[in-house]
Amino acid sequence: MTGPGNTTETRTDPYAASDPYAATSRETTEGTVYTVTGGDWDEMVDQTAGDERIVINMGPQHPSTHGVLRLVLELSGETVTDARLVIGYLHTGIEKNCEYRTWTQGVTFVTRMDYLAPLFNEAAFCLSTERLLGIDVPDRAATIRVLLMEINRIGSHLVALATGGMELGALTGMTNGFREREEVLHLLEFLTGLRMNHAFIRPGGVVQDLPTGHEERIRAFVKVMRERMPGFHKLLTGNRIWRQRLQGVGYLPLDGCLALGVTGPILRSAGLAWDLRQVDPYLGYEHYDFEVPTDTAADSFARYVLRVEEMNQSLRIIEQALERLEPGPVMVEDAKIAWPARLSIGADGMGNSLEHVRKIMGQSMESLIHHFKLVTEGFKVPPGQAYVPIESPRGELGAHLVSDGGTRPLRVHVRDPSFVNLQAAPAMSEGGMVSDVIAALASLDPVMGGCDR
Amino acid sequence: MSGEDEKPRTTPETPGTGAGGASGPTGASNVSSAGAVAFGPQEIRRPDVSGAVAGRAREGMFGVTDSGDTSGFSGLRLPAYSPPPAERPYGGWFDEVADETTAALADDGGADFATCVQQVTVDRGEMTWYVDREHLVRLARTLRDDPALRFEFCSGVSGVDYGDGVPQQLHVVVHLLSMTYRRRLRLEVALDVADAHCPSLVEVYPTADWHERETWDMFGIVFDGHPSLTRILMPDDWNGHPQRKSYPLGGIPVEYHDAEIPPPDQRRAYT
Repeated sequence: MTGPGNTTETRTDPYAASDPYAATSRETTEGTVYTVTGGDWDEMVDQTAGDERIVINMGPQHPSTHGVLRLVLELSGETVTDARLVIGYLHTGIEKNCEYRTWTQGVTFVTRMDYLAPLFNEAAFCLSTERLLGIDVPDRAATIRVLLMEINRIGSHLVALATGGMELGALTGMTNGFREREEVLHLLEFLTGLRMNHAFIRPGGVVQDLPTGHEERIRAFVKVMRERMPGFHKLLTGNRIWRQRLQGVGYLPLDGCLALGVTGPILRSAGLAWDLRQVDPYLGYEHYDFEVPTDTAADSFARYVLRVEEMNQSLRIIEQALERLEPGPVMVEDAKIAWPARLSIGADGMGNSLEHVRKIMGQSMESLIHHFKLVTEGFKVPPGQAYVPIESPRGELGAHLVSDGGTRPLRVHVRDPSFVNLQAAPAMSEGGMVSDVIAALASLDPVMGGCDR
Repeated sequence: MSGEDEKPRTTPETPGTGAGGASGPTGASNVSSAGAVAFGPQEIRRPDVSGAVAGRAREGMFGVTDSGDTSGFSGLRLPAYSPPPAERPYGGWFDEVADETTAALADDGGADFATCVQQVTVDRGEMTWYVDREHLVRLARTLRDDPALRFEFCSGVSGVDYGDGVPQQLHVVVHLLSMTYRRRLRLEVALDVADAHCPSLVEVYPTADWHERETWDMFGIVFDGHPSLTRILMPDDWNGHPQRKSYPLGGIPVEYHDAEIPPPDQRRAYT
């Protein structure tokens, strides 16, 4: 440390004694000329060269943090020495809201949790409800669910690639990913009526049968996706920049995954072929022939490759589901659970079919009462609790539902994989560069709507 | 069983207004008055059943509490649901896990299985162990480490509030998964509202970190031994724990004759 006394002697400034960093000046014929020196720069460099740490906030409104996620990074130079995640910016109280809705209305809420995989939220919630009710859905409903979920999985993985590409600067990956996702959304809109937040899967089955012409549309979709899927490999997989940004980045080995509860593509990238569709099949997944791709690199690049491969496998499942789609009911027969109305598309959108309205309004008072009670009051669910996990695009999505015997859930808890996987972000990114934090986060593919619920 | 279930029903009235008496007119007054006393100094009543009461008692046919029951079934009383203890054999791998845990705990030299696990319930193909909180961490470590059990993965920790008037209304629910054997097990710890403390599982399952923070945030359950038990979803300066059943909910004011849509828990409901 140099004392201020060393510099004051050259100063002509009368205030120099009180300000060690004041510029020196000289009177000339042109006026006063100040000599501005480095000021305290040398001292500052000395100070920061030691163990001075810089804490920066990234987010919650940062385009690279994958949503409203806030990262508190402690930096030494450009090396991240400590990373802490702050979540909760998208907390919407969906779990609490569900406690004041019927079980059927709960679907409308949970579908908005993980908004990139709405059909998975619905399926987990409905499977758990059905376990509480002790019912099984008809085969056709199960197959439709599988079909929709796999289409949704492709859409979700495409967003993972697209936003991940955007965050790393691969903007063509972003535009291509979202272009392909638009195909998914168009198809889902055709099949369910809505692009997102479908509320199509309901306790007891699905809300209505697939529209006519669904098979052609789905086959056309599969064909288009088959043509475009190699594009990702052409654009990104062999891309040197892409590889250098991702390979060896965001490393999380298997023991770390298990300790931190990480599931999904991140777990599979560490070498464990853990996919609930195969190890704990639901909705008849045991009848489908598909691979669970794994890798052992446990880095961001492996996760990217796995996601692309999982989309290819999803296309296989979609084709098999189409083959398995036999005519039949799409809702349980039990009139005490099944939605009373058959829905149809009218001039003003989807609603109760005209035949049903004619019946309840003109012919059968009992049908009207039944319809009214089931829609307003809902059905009673026997008391108890159930936890049903399914394999969402991000990992284990579990719905823990508790009933006390009423027409509303006593407790709805969704174990969302985004929430759990995000815990692994510090382990993945500490010791790396700031830019690697982005790559690691992108490979986690968190969806804050699901994380904060 | 039904006689035991009736007892918790009267618990909240004792320190409350006293107007309800032994034969309270409706369930609504019980529930609302209980909300005020839940956090105050009150006698902690342990349930007489070994396990937990998981639900509230019901009156009448439709569960309506505000305007009386016109169905003629207003005298109907349904006791609160209590998950029944399972009898041996539990079926499937459930017995094997129970036996192995019993043996592992015995080898350990500490409290035995019957002390650690107050009740075993098998329901809908899922096994639930109601665990004494004193032994939760040791039990979890045994479940994780024993080669015959290997519950190496914790799916999550969450809470359930069964509502005021239910003895030990707060439950901590832990879902464990054995990837080796492909088994799932649920541990449940019932807690008193006045003593909502549960030992933290973070040292056994690091993934429980955020789950326990969320459970603290939402239910006000204190996880002793947690490295940094702070709020996670709600803002840091928030008051109260939103997922408690007694947490006040807001109504919606309507700009018409000073009307207000009542809060969801006070609306007419058939549950």
